[in-house]
Amino acid sequence: MSAVAESETPPATQGGHEPPELLPVGAGRKTPLAEPDDASAAIVMRGVEVYYGSFRAVKEITFNVATNAVTALIGPSGSGKSTLLRSINRMNELIPGTRVEGELLYRGHNLYGAGVDPVEVRRRIGMVFQKPNPFPKSIYDNVAFGPRLNGYKGSMDELVERSLRRAALWNEVKDKLKQSGLALSGGQQQRLCIARAIATDPEIVLMDEPASALDPRSTLQIEELMLELKQEVTILIVTHNMQQAARASDRTVFMNMADDRAGYVVEQGPTLDIFTNPRHKLTEDYVSGRFG
Amino acid sequence: MFANAAVNNAGSRRRRDRIAKVVLFLAVLLAVIPLALIFVVTIANGIGSLNIEFLTTTQPLSFRQEGGGFLHGLVGTAMMVGIAILISVPLGIATAVFVTEYPDSFLTRPVRFFTDVMTGVPSIFVGLFVYAALVREVGLGFGTLPGAIAIAILMLPIVVRSAEEILRLVPADIRNASTALGARRWQTTLFVVLPAASSGLITGVMLAVARGAGETAPLILTAFGTAYLTTSLVGEAQTALPLLIFEGARLPFEAAQQRAWAGALELVALVLLLTVAARLISGRNRARGH
Repeated sequence: MSAVAESETPPATQGGHEPPELLPVGAGRKTPLAEPDDASAAIVMRGVEVYYGSFRAVKEITFNVATNAVTALIGPSGSGKSTLLRSINRMNELIPGTRVEGELLYRGHNLYGAGVDPVEVRRRIGMVFQKPNPFPKSIYDNVAFGPRLNGYKGSMDELVERSLRRAALWNEVKDKLKQSGLALSGGQQQRLCIARAIATDPEIVLMDEPASALDPRSTLQIEELMLELKQEVTILIVTHNMQQAARASDRTVFMNMADDRAGYVVEQGPTLDIFTNPRHKLTEDYVSGRFG
Repeated sequence: MFANAAVNNAGSRRRRDRIAKVVLFLAVLLAVIPLALIFVVTIANGIGSLNIEFLTTTQPLSFRQEGGGFLHGLVGTAMMVGIAILISVPLGIATAVFVTEYPDSFLTRPVRFFTDVMTGVPSIFVGLFVYAALVREVGLGFGTLPGAIAIAILMLPIVVRSAEEILRLVPADIRNASTALGARRWQTTLFVVLPAASSGLITGVMLAVARGAGETAPLILTAFGTAYLTTSLVGEAQTALPLLIFEGARLPFEAAQQRAWAGALELVALVLLLTVAARLISGRNRARGH
């Protein structure tokens, strides 16, 4: 069952880092995290379906996302993970003809209810993309962008510093805040994008394969970052990297593509259970690398 | 190298490559020669008369007289091109933004079509149009404003086309980033897309200005030309550098022709300055990560 751990390369021990646990214990939790009830969940999904025109891309999604924890969405290509993720902050709507049915509840409110402004949704649910996409502005202006949009009245300098610290980037850029965000390395750019996303103090941050374009060391930095961040923020991460899901998440949702090409949830539960004791054969096959 | 020498055509390929290189080089030379000649001839003929007096005085009332300058033309060009910029740049960029952000609007196809058509309209037609509509119909008479509007009409399609190209080049991923942060569409356009495109937009504007500053035919019917320095917007005929060059070159007097050469040099230098400034600006912005 530790086929997941074998293929890892030990991370570099720099700056007195202890290499993280190589066993998939689900973000170092000692006890598995149970699925939250509707009242304490960050997001409640009931029968969520996403259509592109008449094509149903995702079907019958029903599960609750735990607050202040990392939930990983895993599954092979085409299983609808990214589609589901992007429907949470209504980024799917940028594609014409997209339709969402079912209930997607955030704090009891249906995100797709009548009269709900998608812009307001996005201000409370942040997103980090696969390829780092900092604005061609200074590091400072990148982080300050969201707060400025929202009319933040407090000390912007403090907010920028706090966000960069939370993104584990402050020490590397504190002397060059006026430099362009594009002048940073790939891993630094992604952390800048994380800082930018959390600057508006969202309760939930969605991450769409945030480390897939990065080198292994940056990937690990991002995972450690998530461990810190989740104390204040709920994180939902789509990842192709199973070891990453095993290392960094508290709960895991495994999705697959059905015969009608719609994505659906096969199984979801505490990460430890999913990787060491899955209930479905399909799950077991996927996490041990037999397909996908 | 190759075992089978019978199929080895490396030698003839080398020869053909060399011939192609020579042909291309000659073609480039042929293309560059007129450009270089323009500079050389203009400098040779104009440098003698281009001095402080020329830049700061207006022409003598009698064309035969020596000395004097094209100050009134410089002022006229500056005023008309300045007003034309104020008209065509906001309109042009707004049009380009519309066409880029709303490609499915029913207006988009016709707008792009007509912009394309406008780039090919002979400048004298634009002059005729402004003459008929503004100078005669509206009754503005000859002057700075009609001239400026004519130049604006000529600059507009250039601004729109180049702005559109630049805006298209702004990658979608930073637009997505802005949307994901909760920006409305106009906020993304204003605070992310336009700044990202700024250096390209400036370059496009400067190229449009370089064209506008050199237009002569439309000015004949709108500004009309004058020997006097004037700064009024309407009511008095206005002149411009290209117009003065045109007039001076046709006169049989040596002095007038000398002034025309100096004016030509002045205009070429002005356009060169603008183009170099455009390059510097876009280079600086690129260095800053724009």
